[in-house]
Amino acid sequence: MPDSEPIPVLEVRALRKEYSGLVAVDDVSVDLLAGQSLAIVGESGSGKTTIARMIVGLEAPTRGTITVCGHDRSRPARSARLRRRRGQEVQIVFQDPYTSLDPRQSAEAAVDEVLRLHHRWPGDRRSARVAELIDLVGLDARQARAVPSALSGGQRQRVAIARALAAEPRILILDESVSALDVSIQAQVLNLLADIRDATGVSYVLISHDLAVVRQLTDQAVVMRRGRVVERGPTARVLDDPQHDYTKLLRACVPRPGWQPRRRAAIESA
Amino acid sequence: MSAAAPTAGLDEAHGPPLLKVTGLTVKLPVDGTRRAVLRDVSLELRPGEALGLVGESGSGKSMTARAIDRLLPPGAQVDGMITFDGQNVGALSGAQLRAYRLQVAMVFQDPRAHVNPVRRIGDFMTEALRTNRDLPADEARHRAITVLGQVGIEDGDRRLRQYPHELSGGMLQRVMIAAALLTGPRLLLADEPTTALDVITQSEMVAILDDLRRDYGLAMLFITHDLELAAAICDRTAVMYAGQIVEVRSSARLHDDPLHPYTAALAAARPDIAMTVGRLRAIPGRPLSAFEAPTGECAFAPRCAHVQDACRSTPPPLIGLAGGLSRCIRAHELRGRLEAAGA
Repeated sequence: MPDSEPIPVLEVRALRKEYSGLVAVDDVSVDLLAGQSLAIVGESGSGKTTIARMIVGLEAPTRGTITVCGHDRSRPARSARLRRRRGQEVQIVFQDPYTSLDPRQSAEAAVDEVLRLHHRWPGDRRSARVAELIDLVGLDARQARAVPSALSGGQRQRVAIARALAAEPRILILDESVSALDVSIQAQVLNLLADIRDATGVSYVLISHDLAVVRQLTDQAVVMRRGRVVERGPTARVLDDPQHDYTKLLRACVPRPGWQPRRRAAIESA
Repeated sequence: MSAAAPTAGLDEAHGPPLLKVTGLTVKLPVDGTRRAVLRDVSLELRPGEALGLVGESGSGKSMTARAIDRLLPPGAQVDGMITFDGQNVGALSGAQLRAYRLQVAMVFQDPRAHVNPVRRIGDFMTEALRTNRDLPADEARHRAITVLGQVGIEDGDRRLRQYPHELSGGMLQRVMIAAALLTGPRLLLADEPTTALDVITQSEMVAILDDLRRDYGLAMLFITHDLELAAAICDRTAVMYAGQIVEVRSSARLHDDPLHPYTAALAAARPDIAMTVGRLRAIPGRPLSAFEAPTGECAFAPRCAHVQDACRSTPPPLIGLAGGLSRCIRAHELRGRLEAAGA
């Protein structure tokens, strides 16, 4: 198998982030292969969102490198051209669908703006693509023309996904993107994300504390605690047969039939 | 006991209910019209019992708690009856209402939205004791430190001198629970108290609530969108949809033997931590608020996989079945066929 070596779309090496002396991310390395999806799990303050923000370019690493599709992006982009190229490599969908959209902009306009930024397409080609993306995320024509205040949380999150996909990124970061959704809507959006991956080959980096969502959407998982990776491996193995005490603790804290909640001291000494 | 009575699932040996809500219907003024947020909600809670109240956005679960604590917005039109320890809650005012609220404590999802950011934790915690119970300041502080210890905060003396922004979300929520306990309540209304917390902190928080409930004989109405969480810590669980209660069931049986198609669909829509499925069984459409839902038929009918013509001709009553209640006219024939998650 000489040419079957899979190509990593994302390579993170020895990443570190300090905020005025406090270490938020410490020596983190992860790889993501094309078409695969990676979960980053851990409790609040474990550094998972900081990693996401560094990958997308919203924070600069203190040390370490981030390479996406062979291009280094550890330093801020110096030109509009470079920023656009980075936008075509990585996009992000945030947790809160209520604050991540421009309140005066319809879904169509939000998607169209991204298309104008990234492509020199004539108007009719752009509007055809807008319609395609709106359709892909399951919004109807009325919702496409609506401003965010006229949409529900689930619909807004679909707009945010359509807008992120407009740049045709190789990697889509989902930072707790389905956490705030109602259970019945969350299932719809998770099915949608699986369909989009099948259709486009995009890779997901899922930042989540919801281990059931992690199981459903990702192949690989890294578990973080206090800025460091404590365990990594195939998602199914990490969840079914956790090795690190912290992963075992996370797993034990998920409510399920017959579950007995225990105080932390009791769990950790067990 | 009649099978159709709203007390189904209650053990009568435990005596009269502490809280009884009967036929509660609430309408709120919106843009000049009155919109229903609750329709005919009835529930009972015994002393020391934990009842889960589960539902999606707009189902009315928070409004139910607010109505019980008399915290509805101005202009709300309330029909039906709420009694606490035999007392008509709707008729309380002034000193009586304040005395009632000392017995009914509330904990919210977002502690930061319910605490004054420029006052120290100590001032916040001891205010009710000093103003309503006329306790001297040092005794109030001493009591505050004791309850902080009960919620797992050992350095209470230091915490009382801190401001809310100096505490993490989990720590602040513990403070809120401790503050709620200070006035010696008999009922705790917990409105998504762990939703903003990570799973480890959530586990610890519900363990604390569980301990306190046993130590104090506290009754608890635990509001959550998480069916599994409610089932894990509550004796009984009530499921709400579009402002109505659609199922009440002992928590132990809710997962394996649901009585309403919505409960089963909700459980089946959740991804499973133990396995990846090809597609999740999503419920079509979106959850409706009471005012949007059809009133002449079953409110869940537009999204239900088991809908028949009969479901669309009349609003279904709550019927007693297998020790629980279901607002589904097909509940009997569908029983055992409503498969929950993992099926």
